[in-house]
Amino acid sequence: MLRPLLRKSLQSLWYTTSVSQSRCSSQATVSIQENIKNKRKRAQLGGGQKRIDAQHKKGKLTARERINLLLDLGSFIEFDMFVEQRCTDFGMDADENKLPGDSVVTGHGLIHGRQAYVFSQDFTVFGGSLSSAHAQKICKIMDQAMMVGAPVIGLNDSGGARIQEGVESLAGYADIFQRNVMASGVVPQISLIMGPCAGGAVYSPALTDFTFMVKDTSYLFITGPDVVKSVTDEDVTPEELGGAKPHTSVSGVAHDAFEDDVDALLKLRQFYNYLPLSNRDPAPIMATEDSAERSCPVLDDLIPNESTKAYDMHDVIRALADNHDFWEIMPTYAKNIVVGFSRMNGRTVGFVGNQPKVKSGCLDINASVKGARFVRFCDSFNIPLITLVDVPGFLPGTDQEHGGIIRHGAKLLYAYAEATVPKITVITRKAYGGAYDVMSSKHLRGDINYAWPTAEVAVMGAKGAVQIIFRGKDGQAEQEAEYIEKFANPYPAAIRGYIDDIIEPRVTRSRICRDLNILASKQQSNPWKKHANMPL
Amino acid sequence: MRTCRDMGIATVAIHSEADNNSVHTLMADEAVCVGPAPSSQSYLNMPVIVEAIKATGAQAVHPGYGFLSENKEFAKFLAANNTAFIGPGTFAIDAMGDKLKSKQIAMNAKVNTIPGFDGVVEDADHAVKIAGEIGYPVMIKASAGGGGKGMRIAWNEKETRDGFRFSSQEAASSFGDDRLLVEKFIDTPRHIEMQIIADSFGNTLWLNERECSIQRRNQKVVEEAPSTFLDANTRRAMGEQAVALAKAVNYKSAGTVEFLVDSKKNFYFLEMNTRLQVEHPVTEYITGLDLVREMIMVAAGHPLSITQEDVGINGWAVECRVYAENPYKSFGLPSIGRLSRYVEPTHIPNVRVDSGVREGSEISMYYDPMISKLVTYGKDRTEALSSMCSALDNYVIRGVTHNVPLCHEVLRHPDFIKGDISTNFLNEVYPDGFTGKQLSSEEHKHLCAIACAFHARQQLMQQTFLNQTRLPQMGKVMDSLEVQVKLEEKTVTALVKSNDNAYEVSLNGSDVINVSSDWSLSSPTQTLSVNSGSPFTVQCVNSSATGSYQIQFDGTVFDLEVISLTAANLRAHMPVKVPEDQSSVLRSPMPGTVLSVSCAVGDKVAEGQEVCVIEAMKMQNSLCVSRDGRVKSIHCKEKESLGEGDLILELE
Repeated sequence: MLRPLLRKSLQSLWYTTSVSQSRCSSQATVSIQENIKNKRKRAQLGGGQKRIDAQHKKGKLTARERINLLLDLGSFIEFDMFVEQRCTDFGMDADENKLPGDSVVTGHGLIHGRQAYVFSQDFTVFGGSLSSAHAQKICKIMDQAMMVGAPVIGLNDSGGARIQEGVESLAGYADIFQRNVMASGVVPQISLIMGPCAGGAVYSPALTDFTFMVKDTSYLFITGPDVVKSVTDEDVTPEELGGAKPHTSVSGVAHDAFEDDVDALLKLRQFYNYLPLSNRDPAPIMATEDSAERSCPVLDDLIPNESTKAYDMHDVIRALADNHDFWEIMPTYAKNIVVGFSRMNGRTVGFVGNQPKVKSGCLDINASVKGARFVRFCDSFNIPLITLVDVPGFLPGTDQEHGGIIRHGAKLLYAYAEATVPKITVITRKAYGGAYDVMSSKHLRGDINYAWPTAEVAVMGAKGAVQIIFRGKDGQAEQEAEYIEKFANPYPAAIRGYIDDIIEPRVTRSRICRDLNILASKQQSNPWKKHANMPL
Repeated sequence: MRTCRDMGIATVAIHSEADNNSVHTLMADEAVCVGPAPSSQSYLNMPVIVEAIKATGAQAVHPGYGFLSENKEFAKFLAANNTAFIGPGTFAIDAMGDKLKSKQIAMNAKVNTIPGFDGVVEDADHAVKIAGEIGYPVMIKASAGGGGKGMRIAWNEKETRDGFRFSSQEAASSFGDDRLLVEKFIDTPRHIEMQIIADSFGNTLWLNERECSIQRRNQKVVEEAPSTFLDANTRRAMGEQAVALAKAVNYKSAGTVEFLVDSKKNFYFLEMNTRLQVEHPVTEYITGLDLVREMIMVAAGHPLSITQEDVGINGWAVECRVYAENPYKSFGLPSIGRLSRYVEPTHIPNVRVDSGVREGSEISMYYDPMISKLVTYGKDRTEALSSMCSALDNYVIRGVTHNVPLCHEVLRHPDFIKGDISTNFLNEVYPDGFTGKQLSSEEHKHLCAIACAFHARQQLMQQTFLNQTRLPQMGKVMDSLEVQVKLEEKTVTALVKSNDNAYEVSLNGSDVINVSSDWSLSSPTQTLSVNSGSPFTVQCVNSSATGSYQIQFDGTVFDLEVISLTAANLRAHMPVKVPEDQSSVLRSPMPGTVLSVSCAVGDKVAEGQEVCVIEAMKMQNSLCVSRDGRVKSIHCKEKESLGEGDLILELE
């Protein structure tokens, strides 16, 4: 299939060269230039004006419009505009099917002046389907991105495999998967799903560091509603099956969803600023007007007197962060843990906090997995971790036990224990049981561990503890009081050196900013291994 | 407490569990917790409070302005325990605390009073009968009340019945006394009150008036002293009647005699507050007296330090009551939340802020939603008002909705500036509800330019990396931006050029506006100057990467959108998302507790029918459906607490 096509193009190439050589006519040169110009023009139009209009009608932008919005004005440099698909079957070799650039636009450009590689699938060309040429274009920029050390951003809008090409298309997917895996931990990879993404195609976004979606216009699923209907007889709409809502709140496949294309791309520009270009680069430091010494009186009043009463961990994070900015990852999934990026004195940091407002901040399966993945991203890319602890323990119940909380909880433990980036921990209130160990404790190589005066570090809450220690003896109230006096405070941990200092909440920001400056030169490594075997 | 500290007196604060870390608790030398958050179990819990007094050995109690300040039982209690009550004698509190008795005493003291029924109203039918006799409109109010609680105006029989029901319930829950009275309601009245102070040696002085006509739901919002309306004769007449009344009850300590004044400067006695009023600072400003100090001295048995001749009027003072409430809903429905950022404008000269909050304080459902009293002083009214405007501009309150927009608009309203006001001011000026500042076309342009400047500044900051050096940072630093600005459905294009700390913004290619400031995106306030004019302060309340900005300009927060021309053009293709139909759902307009639900699933309801009553900040609010229909589902139960925007019911 490939060979005749190749021969034909070689022949035509030979023909053109020989003509220009033999005749040395300036006319031919002009016509070649004309031809190039025409091809460029045609490439700009993708699948043609009619399809562009159809794309717009669906509330979606074209591949090129998206790139223009994502990158700094005029900074896009395109690769492979002349690449054409090479299928000869089913009439694909007809001239009108040879669209220059095929169904993806690739290249690099700048986001706020920093390098980024980008591919943007073009739904107007064969529904954005993935041909071998399409895959080859993506692989090319990924290879270069890894060599240079710059992130790859994929804007996905594709109907799936180029069925006409058969296994070549599948091979193309695998080529991309392989590169996704190789690039993992080397350069940040971001996927923004801006249309359909179905079948094998979903695994490329799944392998990247962050998957974002556009509400109402994007879908991610292995098998679509039709197949679901024929196999399980379920009636389900694409939105219900794989829209932004289920993936951001139920499956945890996507990290966030945005209102529309414009909103998504502008937000992505902002997000990009948090990330280093590669694992060789430090976490970015931006100029900031927010003083590192700013006191946060709001934190002094935040923790309620009753230890059963909830508060919002977002309030703590926002008070600490530069300009009160917090870019939350997975804000609607496993809300009992809050993770995301902020800056402290200009430097990107990753916040991980238990959320007392949801499930009392207990760790469960989803929260552990969510937290673990975030911690590992930060560790891969030199982003310091700040952990805010208010955790009464792991969530009890058969659902959790049978769902494998042991296995999944171990992921978060593993991620923290393995991480070598600066790790700063603040225990705001409860740090009970095994969950205390997990949440970036001193014992897991926490660099700086603070406790607020409201901290309670213990094996469990007073009531449960008293029932075990005194086993039904009278005077439970006094026993509880004794237990609370002994353990419901930061001293037992402080006298053993498990926390470095008990600090007033209002000085937390200035202390962390100072610590980060010192820890910037932290060096720590794990023993040599091929790779670790984390409990997946 | 500030005064006590100055006088060298040690202080003890009492507080509820919710106020553990509040300002008054921390400021006092000692603090005693008197119970859980609901005021009936803490600040109104007399036995516990008396225990606290005994335990700390307090010699005197200053009751503040709410809660037990006008409770005769409390005063008696203290007397029995040999503790001085910093306030008038039990007899005066008793006499004046009851509106029926006080009116009788006032009439005997030859003080002008309002026509009305001098007795307790028995039931709704009785109320209707009395109303018929006096003539509508009538005012139904709690006999024991004050502060607008348990007060309703009725223009017809139906409203009288409703008013009776609500007032008696509110009176019962707020004061534990559901007796009501009915009197003639005076149309277009002014509320002007006279401050008096008396000692135990028979000296009683009047300290001039306070104009408190700007009210919503009978609660004061803006006050000033003196009043633009009173001439010297009326002032003296009023002062003398107030003194006469005080003498009639053997009054000692500070007190306030409230009058209603009609357009012909006839004044009628309304009630006497036997305590220090919230708005006492305006009087302190213009008279130069420290009322709290005088009160303490009087309670300790000293005579007053001044005579009537010493009392003059020096300058002008204005007070705004800054509430945590949404002024766009009925001029102020309560709002709750945590003050995530809070900066008082005390750096401005002649500004005084009396508040019980600080950054991080929680405004809870349990007490009054007042954040602070903001008082400014000037040599004349113009100066005081202008200081107030800039104080409001510089007052940073984040985390709760507040009424600064309303205060600001009132101060800038031509009628207010002329002094042409009455207690109906808000309803007359904003018959369809308060909608915030209306921008002139000039202001529209200026605000757009300000937003452009913020955006340009933000864009610049976004590309200022300090350590990304391995790959060269490329691209030129933006010296000009082409953007589209949207404000109130009006869209303009703008070219923004930066020039040091100034931004030159040309709107639609013609108007060139220069905005300069020492920019800081971290500071909550930004003082800037437009076209080199006099500097003023705006607050960028919110900004986002997608170009939406919320800017507080002249008190009102405006939503603006600044996006690049590229993005603006592409946005045209974006689908318009249809918001949910609001007419078939009823949402809670404020946080509160459900008192009653008066319909069931499947009921037919008519437009305007009351379906639910919510209690918030001790006020009962009736919620009505906005169209006819059948109830599809109800999402709340009695006694359940609701947040703002929570779903109450859905119609089919």
